Amino acid sequence: MQKKFRILLAKPGLDGHDRGIKVVASALRDAGMEVIYTGLRQTPEMIVAASIQEDVDAIGLSILSGAHMTLFPAVLDLLKRKGAGRILVFGGGIIPEKDIEELEAMGVGKLYTPGASTREIIDYLKKTIPGRRKEEKVF
Amino acid sequence: MSLLDRFFQKDGVALSKVISYIENQEPGYQKLLGRLYPHAGKAYKIGITGPPGAGKSTIADKISSKLAAGDKELGIIAVDPTSPFTGGALLGDRIRMQDISLLPNVFIRSMATRGSTGGLAQTTSEVTLVLDAFGKEYILIETVGVGQAELDVADLCDTTVVVLVPEFGDSVQMMKAGLMEIGDIFVVNKSDRLGAGRLLSELEMVLEIRGNQDGWGIPVVATEAVNNVGTEALLEKIIQHQSYISSHPVYEKHRKNQIRTELSRIVSRQFQELMLTRLLPSPRLESLIEEIYRGEKDPYSSGREVFSRIEVRDN
Ligand SMILES: Nc1nc2c(ncn2[C@@H]2O[C@H](COP(=O)(O)OP(=O)(O)OP(=O)(O)O)[C@@H](O)[C@H]2O)c(=O)[nH]1
Ligand SMILES: [Mg+2]
Repeated sequence: MQKKFRILLAKPGLDGHDRGIKVVASALRDAGMEVIYTGLRQTPEMIVAASIQEDVDAIGLSILSGAHMTLFPAVLDLLKRKGAGRILVFGGGIIPEKDIEELEAMGVGKLYTPGASTREIIDYLKKTIPGRRKEEKVF
Repeated sequence: MSLLDRFFQKDGVALSKVISYIENQEPGYQKLLGRLYPHAGKAYKIGITGPPGAGKSTIADKISSKLAAGDKELGIIAVDPTSPFTGGALLGDRIRMQDISLLPNVFIRSMATRGSTGGLAQTTSEVTLVLDAFGKEYILIETVGVGQAELDVADLCDTTVVVLVPEFGDSVQMMKAGLMEIGDIFVVNKSDRLGAGRLLSELEMVLEIRGNQDGWGIPVVATEAVNNVGTEALLEKIIQHQSYISSHPVYEKHRKNQIRTELSRIVSRQFQELMLTRLLPSPRLESLIEEIYRGEKDPYSSGREVFSRIEVRDN
């Protein structure tokens, strides 16, 4: 059996626009993935704790507040510190091109701006996730 | 260090990976469960079930935050349905569990049913065992939103809480529903809504007719979970039920019943696997369907023919 993709979607920050993220959530579900949606106003601590407990392959963050330059690095850093640096972090929002380059250089995955198709996101996840998984010695 | 070593050192990342290993039924997962089994058996399991949107997650959140404040080690499993069409799932119970999401003694895991139809996921029972072996003292299990027949949670749990809301329906529906037979405690949530009083008295009537069960009078608690009203009283009832059942002779019967269910599940899953891989692998299945469709065979004798390939040795 092909292991299910598990994706956590969250909206950090204070803005309440969750339409976009809900569209992505439904699209990923319809693509056969298990989507954990944690809702609005999530702090990086909450996002990382939930992602570890849920053992997700990827975290998708929707950031429209302009705080992307602090939120993405905060999540990456916390993941590393908690021993979960393998989790892919991607996202979407209103993010200037220059910031996208900078964030991707830090190790953030693909960032989508408004208008991106959900198909693109699905293809990206399907292509990227398998290579990031690690076999572990169980016993 | 192996995953299992890290698990026994109480590493949360390892706990989560072990759960996935079991949930994905990776090769050797039964062996892993066998290793964990001797470490389990101490956790108290509380099931929370009820129709969609009744407030199960909200109640789990409020109760857990009280248990966690009392320094209890807590595990929560929240089940949501897998789409039978795409295999995907939207797991949204965590949205209502914000009060407890950062507590170090609380571990929450969302599970998709993955084809199971009894209100729990295929491996919820096994994941409960994992949390138990990890040292969780209380495990809360939230089912999918149920109708009248998804009752697996009662076999798994020590205390089953059935959450109803004024929208649930009238008393005839109530008497039909198997849901009415599995509750150790009933909750009328959304008491702020119209009709809550009527539901409460109807419930009390139905339960009164059923009377005392082995010395436990089934209570009904009114709550307004979003506002944290009545949840303290609910937790009290749960703790009362725990002390009732732990000391009552009925507990032995309950435990043996749990073991019976578990064992038969394990065996039937192996049968299922055997069927899919050996007896009726996909090409054979498809050609059989063809033949039946063309009227060359009937499903009953075909079924017997398939089964006749198993040889049962008596010894
Ligand atoms: N008016 C009112 N709303 C409530 C109450 N308790 C919960 N809700 C709301 O009811 C909705 C559903 O609550 P959940 O806790 O998600 O219900 P659930 O039973 O877990 O839902 P599913 O898991 O989807 O079956 C949410 O919007 C809650 O805020 C209550 O006491 N009164
Ligand atoms: Mg829920």
